[in-house]
Amino acid sequence: MTTRVALMATCLTDTLYPDTARAVVRLLERLGCVVEFPDAQTCCGQMHYNTGYRRQATTLARRTAKAFAGHDAVVAPSGSCAGMVRDLYPGLHRSTVQVAGRTYELSEFLVDVLGVTDVGAYFPHRVTYHPTCHSLRMLGVVDKPLRLLRAVRGLDLVELPGDRECCGFGGTFALKNADTSTAMLADKMRNVLDTGARVVTAGDNSCLMHIGGGLSRLNTGVRTLHLAEILASTEEDPWVATR
Amino acid sequence: MGRNPVTWLGSPTFPSAARDALADTQLRGNLAHATGTIRTKRAAVVSELPDWERLRLAGEAIKDDVLANLDTHLIRLEAAVTARGGVVHWARDAAEANELVLGLVRDAGASEVVKVKSMATAEIGLNEALAAGGVSAVETDLAELIVQLGDDRPSHILVPAIHRNRAEIRDIFRAAMPGASPSLSDSPAELAEAARAHLRRKFLSAKVAISGANFAVADTGSVVVVESEGNGRMCLTLPRTLITVMGLEKVVPSWRDLEVFLQLLPRSSTAERMNPYTSVWSGVTPGDGPREFHLVLLDNGRTATLADKVGRQALRCIRCSACLNVCPVYERTGGQAYGSVYPGPIGAILTPQLGAGTDDPATASLLRSLPFASSLCGACYEVCPVRIDIPEVLVHLRSRTVEEKGPYTPEAVAMAAASWVMGSPARFHLAQRLLAPLRLLARRGRVRRLPWPASLWTDSRDVPAPPKETFSAWWRRTRGTPPNNASPGPRRRPRQAPTDAARGSRSRTGSPSSLLRRVRAMWLTEPAAGSGLRPGFLLGLLRRVRAMWLTGASPGSRLRPGSVSGLCRRVRVTWLNGASSGSRRGPLRVGSLSGLLRRVRALWVTTASPRARHRASLNDSFSGLRRRIRGRNRG
Repeated sequence: MTTRVALMATCLTDTLYPDTARAVVRLLERLGCVVEFPDAQTCCGQMHYNTGYRRQATTLARRTAKAFAGHDAVVAPSGSCAGMVRDLYPGLHRSTVQVAGRTYELSEFLVDVLGVTDVGAYFPHRVTYHPTCHSLRMLGVVDKPLRLLRAVRGLDLVELPGDRECCGFGGTFALKNADTSTAMLADKMRNVLDTGARVVTAGDNSCLMHIGGGLSRLNTGVRTLHLAEILASTEEDPWVATR
Repeated sequence: MGRNPVTWLGSPTFPSAARDALADTQLRGNLAHATGTIRTKRAAVVSELPDWERLRLAGEAIKDDVLANLDTHLIRLEAAVTARGGVVHWARDAAEANELVLGLVRDAGASEVVKVKSMATAEIGLNEALAAGGVSAVETDLAELIVQLGDDRPSHILVPAIHRNRAEIRDIFRAAMPGASPSLSDSPAELAEAARAHLRRKFLSAKVAISGANFAVADTGSVVVVESEGNGRMCLTLPRTLITVMGLEKVVPSWRDLEVFLQLLPRSSTAERMNPYTSVWSGVTPGDGPREFHLVLLDNGRTATLADKVGRQALRCIRCSACLNVCPVYERTGGQAYGSVYPGPIGAILTPQLGAGTDDPATASLLRSLPFASSLCGACYEVCPVRIDIPEVLVHLRSRTVEEKGPYTPEAVAMAAASWVMGSPARFHLAQRLLAPLRLLARRGRVRRLPWPASLWTDSRDVPAPPKETFSAWWRRTRGTPPNNASPGPRRRPRQAPTDAARGSRSRTGSPSSLLRRVRAMWLTEPAAGSGLRPGFLLGLLRRVRAMWLTGASPGSRLRPGSVSGLCRRVRVTWLNGASSGSRRGPLRVGSLSGLLRRVRALWVTTASPRARHRASLNDSFSGLRRRIRGRNRG
């Protein structure tokens, strides 16, 4: 039986990181899923919710729930957006309860629902993995992304010191407390550079935008890449970012 | 006078105080070392207990029961303490508690008191109040003593002098401790010995001791203080009078409940399996310990906090400070940036609640800034021994702040605009297109400088350049056929031939910058006669756009009036035709901006299918712009 999956691209990935969403499509299709992209989706409302705009967040949550109504599985390449839907939607409105139970973060979906850890990927680079806070503590994905990465052929996975510490993004925190956020980022970057990895990966483009924004500002030569883009890459068909 | 309850008067908001703290390299080094050490030790002792998670659940359940039945437990506690020879006092706020304690000290005929480390007395500013009344209070906890002698403020709940290293402590002792040797070194043993000698004199001469309480057992009226140094035991047994100031949420129903907390507290706070000293006393005992015992039950905002369904869980706190030690924000800013005796994540939810209703504007802005002093990473909730969902309360208090500030702050307007844009796919996709010109500012795929408020980001971080095509656009282009549609492949609306004028002008003007120049020129042009529009005025531009929209189509352009795509096309034609096309526009109709917005919205939600609508407006109106941007980027 083929698994039908609705892709929740998330507003940030749709707008700034289309490669990630394309990689998710390619990866899931390679694993035999039928991927759909409900075009009514916009934003899950996480930014509004976390900044204290609960009423607007509820409106966005209700329209997101509606956009994904009727889909058996909703997969998001973002720990924080999946966490928003799964952890916080049930408390927002009665119409947003149901979608919560059907929503998965990508690595969870691969490991728990599809039951695969080796997705047939090939990525011959030295990589370190940053577990994002919400995927770690809200969703509890724990070692699922690491299990997926360990099964990637050619990939040299190096442990990130202080990996469980926040990179300092925190949505509007990065603007409201920019100085503290940057201090946190500096330590995260130091740990990344200490590993000697050429690529930092994570399951959330918002954190990667923050870490990558710092790494590129300092011309460190280390790039950020979403987990999905590594998993989508194969020996026959290496993943090439379009930009 | 001089101090507000809970916060230190005149403290700046968190972001501003944090900026100073972050620049203090000594502080940063001390904090990183201290929190890092205690974090590792805590993780080790917690992992020894197989039932740690169940202990946390038990701690949460006991505290929730206490809070749900606080009145009953407190009355039972009062009865039990009184029956054992103690005196119970009730204090509504800091002023009342301070006045009460000062009166009791005066009654005992003392001009100096020794103090056990206590958060409740720090919260109400008791030392300052006693000093104002002519009584000097001597802190006997080593870290509190360092803070007191250094005329400093505490920066941690458990280790108030965590921001000091031993060289700084030696300097403080040499300068301020009576009898300290001028040749005192910074070896921990020598520093401890100097403090010991100093404190011993104070213990032996004091008539009154003041303490806080970790727990008070309602069944027996027993008060519990948990400590490491033994200074507490001295204070609790030697002086004639003992006064304990206790937050009223510290009561527990029975002795059995202590079993849970005496496991949770030491492992969470000092990362010890068991703390060195646990003192328990019930009223007064003839021939042993203090002759007089007073218990002051302090409200100071606690019952108000209890009324908040989400916020009340902060009252479960047992002041272990595990959340501080794991907090990435606290580790970098230290405790003083929080402007309160309660720093870190717990301070960010406790201080705004205990201090709510302040009439000092500076304090009010500090309190409003505290719930935002977190990246919501959740490390605090993970370690909290009584499972306070700190991120949940932070977000709840943020909502309260947002409501208090009202809908007219720049942030609220921006958030409302963002939620309006995200309220429909068409608007969202249009906004994505409008972001595309950001590519013009990008070099090597990144944008390095943006104006305020985006500069808050770009001051230290690059922004990725928007991609050539968003994911949703790619999906529509390559797989845009609805699943049930028989005809495969992308559906594209045939593009309209540009008007002669447009065709002519396109060859003249190839670059987006010339487009921008034209828009600007249009804005600055003299308006049509009789329209009453001032040039260079934003509203004037909007009115002109609206007028254009409502006017019938220009000859030959085949544009329908009143449709969004028609408007976009007309705007485009105007752009392409040059700035002097004002005369082609018809008479202006006066109307409100909100009316215009309503109309735009109505059009969006009524006409055509979303995809067709979207295509019509975007492909025709923006493809030229997009092509030019692409051309520019390739070049």
